[in-house]
Amino acid sequence: MSSKRPTSFMEGVSEINDTPSEAAAATLWSDVWRKMRRDKRFWVAAALITMFALMAIAPFLFFTKDPQACPIADFAQRPSREHWFGTDILGCDYYTRVVYGARTSFKVGLVVASVTIAIALTLGASAGYYGRKTDMIASRFADILFSVPTLLGAILVLTLFHGGGALIIGLVIAFFGWPDMFRLVRSTVIGGKTRGYVRAARTMGSSGRTILRRHVLPNGIAPVLVFAAYVIGGAVGAEAGLTFLGVGLQLPSISWGLQLAVADTRFPELAYLMIYPSLFLCLMIGAFILLGESLRDALDVKLEPND
Amino acid sequence: MTDPVLEVEDLQVEFRTEEGVVKAVDGVGYALGKGEVLAVLGESGSGKTVHARAMMRILDSPPAFITNGTVRLGDMELLTLDEDDMREVRGSRVAMLFQDPHTALDPVFTVGDQLMELLRERRKMSRGQAREESLALLERVGIPDARDRLNAFPHQLSGGIAQRVMVAMAVALEPEVLLADEPTSSLDVTVQAQVLDLLGSLVAETQMSMVLITHNLAVAVGLAKRIAVMYAGRIVELGPARDVYTTPKHPYSAGLLRSIPDIQVREERLPGITGSPPNLLKLPTGCAFSPRCPLADDRCRAEVPAYVEVGTDRWSACFHPEEVQR
Amino acid sequence: MSRRYLIRRLLLVVPVLLGTILLVYGLVFLSPGDPIRRLAGSKPLSESTYNEITARYHLDQPFLVQYYYYVNGIIHGDLGATFSGRDVSDIIKERFPVTFKLTLGAFTVEVVMGLALAMIAALKRRTLTDTGILVYTLVMITVPVIVLGFILQYTFGVKLGWFPVAGIRDGWKSYVLPSLTIGLGSAAALGRLARSNILDNMAGEHIRAAVARGLPRRRVVGRHVLKNSLVPIITILGLDLAYLMGGAVLTETIFNLPGLGFALVTAIRTENGPMVVGLVTLSAIIFVFTILIVDLMCARIDPRISYE
Repeated sequence: MSSKRPTSFMEGVSEINDTPSEAAAATLWSDVWRKMRRDKRFWVAAALITMFALMAIAPFLFFTKDPQACPIADFAQRPSREHWFGTDILGCDYYTRVVYGARTSFKVGLVVASVTIAIALTLGASAGYYGRKTDMIASRFADILFSVPTLLGAILVLTLFHGGGALIIGLVIAFFGWPDMFRLVRSTVIGGKTRGYVRAARTMGSSGRTILRRHVLPNGIAPVLVFAAYVIGGAVGAEAGLTFLGVGLQLPSISWGLQLAVADTRFPELAYLMIYPSLFLCLMIGAFILLGESLRDALDVKLEPND
Repeated sequence: MTDPVLEVEDLQVEFRTEEGVVKAVDGVGYALGKGEVLAVLGESGSGKTVHARAMMRILDSPPAFITNGTVRLGDMELLTLDEDDMREVRGSRVAMLFQDPHTALDPVFTVGDQLMELLRERRKMSRGQAREESLALLERVGIPDARDRLNAFPHQLSGGIAQRVMVAMAVALEPEVLLADEPTSSLDVTVQAQVLDLLGSLVAETQMSMVLITHNLAVAVGLAKRIAVMYAGRIVELGPARDVYTTPKHPYSAGLLRSIPDIQVREERLPGITGSPPNLLKLPTGCAFSPRCPLADDRCRAEVPAYVEVGTDRWSACFHPEEVQR
Repeated sequence: MSRRYLIRRLLLVVPVLLGTILLVYGLVFLSPGDPIRRLAGSKPLSESTYNEITARYHLDQPFLVQYYYYVNGIIHGDLGATFSGRDVSDIIKERFPVTFKLTLGAFTVEVVMGLALAMIAALKRRTLTDTGILVYTLVMITVPVIVLGFILQYTFGVKLGWFPVAGIRDGWKSYVLPSLTIGLGSAAALGRLARSNILDNMAGEHIRAAVARGLPRRRVVGRHVLKNSLVPIITILGLDLAYLMGGAVLTETIFNLPGLGFALVTAIRTENGPMVVGLVTLSAIIFVFTILIVDLMCARIDPRISYE
């Protein structure tokens, strides 16, 4: 409802009831959980993510063989009972290599998500809340980094540093990608700044940081969570793209991007080389996007660019 | 009443939601005479806004469904009209005034654009004619510097001015009935008085009838000839404004009156109505107000009270209307 | 739009532009080690070439002076030169037409399909059509460009043979599959966002008020919904267009189109540092100006933006 001054006693009562207390916040989250439980997309996403997480942490659970065992004699065999996905051009069991690829993608996704959220939350909240100079400076940084497309910027940096591990790649993607989430946090905080409970907290003497931490952020966290899910999906795709181009991970790392790059050179005769990493890539990205979608509906969030 | 302009009978609206069916309007009926102002008084959830939107047929359906009722405007029965005919009625015979002018006006078009659009579309005016008429309308509702205001965007206007623009749009087609849905609730107190005065003078000038929906008793009494008090989707008391104000015949009306603090009397606590607003998903059996009513007895809790005539043109839905204390 | 906003926004371009170029340039030269050696990669450099380059780029001067010369060069259209002596800007002029045609194709697909999907879904919400569109768009944004490219190549190029899978020898036909590869994905993203935006606007109170005034739904109310929905749509379209003009790296690689994106990839593979730097700088500059235009357009449409 629009913020209106109570003009009658009865109305004043309902204004006070609008303040989210901690108890009320607790039921809000259980409301969210209830909605998510009923959403089929959430369960599909959860199942896929759990599966990939397990693949990342404990690939042996999936009946994999030794990923480095590559007898060259076995190269380029079609899928069979012996090799479920066939073998790649080096003779390695393709199924094993593809499963192991999940670890890389997962790692990169998590690094990107955590770094992006960390930067975007601190800068975005400060810019939104303190306004004026802080906002000016932070927004300029964001604008500058925003002007360099993430993929191109990552290509640039990685070329200069001749590739890197999953951690570096994640950092680079996050470095060019945080402005998006920064804008989101900033506009959320600016919107939340004018709420009644923030004004109340301020009159009671809470410091800006406390207000941010205790009131503004918890209530503004919803769009950030949703966006984070999309960020992970995007990061997985970005890493695959970068590695495919040759600036990401290099051999002997195992990454779907590398597998796709090799598959490209043997296309279309060895088409099966392309199918399996593509499938896994799509499933992982899809899982996170589905998660984002169900979160968005459960939290009833509207995401718009340049708000 | 002889020759009412608007006659509503047994209007019922329900909302079908995931959590259940909510009866937002449960049998509302009244008659409105020419040039008369009827105040519909109630808190949020009483059904006051829903019933008005139902009459205009602008409720989102689903989830809202008009399950019963008749709304007679002169010789027309509004609820059974087809959409094209209803569209003709809207604005030109029955108009609606919304609560928050800043959400009811389109933020990306100027005030002038929106006014002119209405005039060109409904009165088939040319651009020049529409412009002149828009200017005249703005001046009529008391907006200073009307020429400048035509090119202004809604967010550039103060609440009071913006609401006057809404009033201008509402009366532009000279409707017979105006449904004013909490027209002053989002305004400052001083501005409220101005807008209410404007509405009052328009009614006097044009003999337009008005349903004034509000939660504010002072607003109601100031302008209305009669007051209808709503609770949980029903009208619980209906009568001349002054009478309802001085001698309420329903415990809820009395409670509303008692809640207004009197500046001359010292009191330790603000009196209110005990209990909480009704949960429309789980209404109690019997009278909906019984859980909060000091006069409630077993009959009240078992039976829904029918309307009782408690005076000339006065009605109350209560088993104990005479015991009500002001 | 208020004049203050216009001026402020135009002035902002300068620091952002300088900052972006500084970022790209700085990344190269602020990293440890010898920048020239790093740009040259693993290729050997003769003494004379080394000295030439040092002189040309004023590398014996302090950083800010170098930066000044670099910016100066850009203003005059000089984006540096490769080690073999060719001007980066010449290579760009050569490659641009291909990228431009791809941009045209992909952007058309995105606009036409994206908006169509959004409007159909919004008008037919809660029906099977709407659900179908939602599912389709969800799948399309999930599938990464590389995979979609492969699928299209395989199905329409190899199996059906309708369109070529590589090169630009077949005139406009060469651009069909690549345009679809990019366009289908971005159309899906645009479609979803536009649909949800349109639906939100359709539920707005001012729409209800317009209906309450007796304005016809389709024609007039549609006008209101459209204008209110325009800002995020234009924003996305602008950003996508900017990205396309800088060269769609992945798609050009998969389909072997000799545009700016492919030039970038080649530059990486041949360790042609100056080329990489020049291309990324160009893309960033395009971006800054596109964002400026988008912002100004949005301010024109939605007055609330410029009057903050």
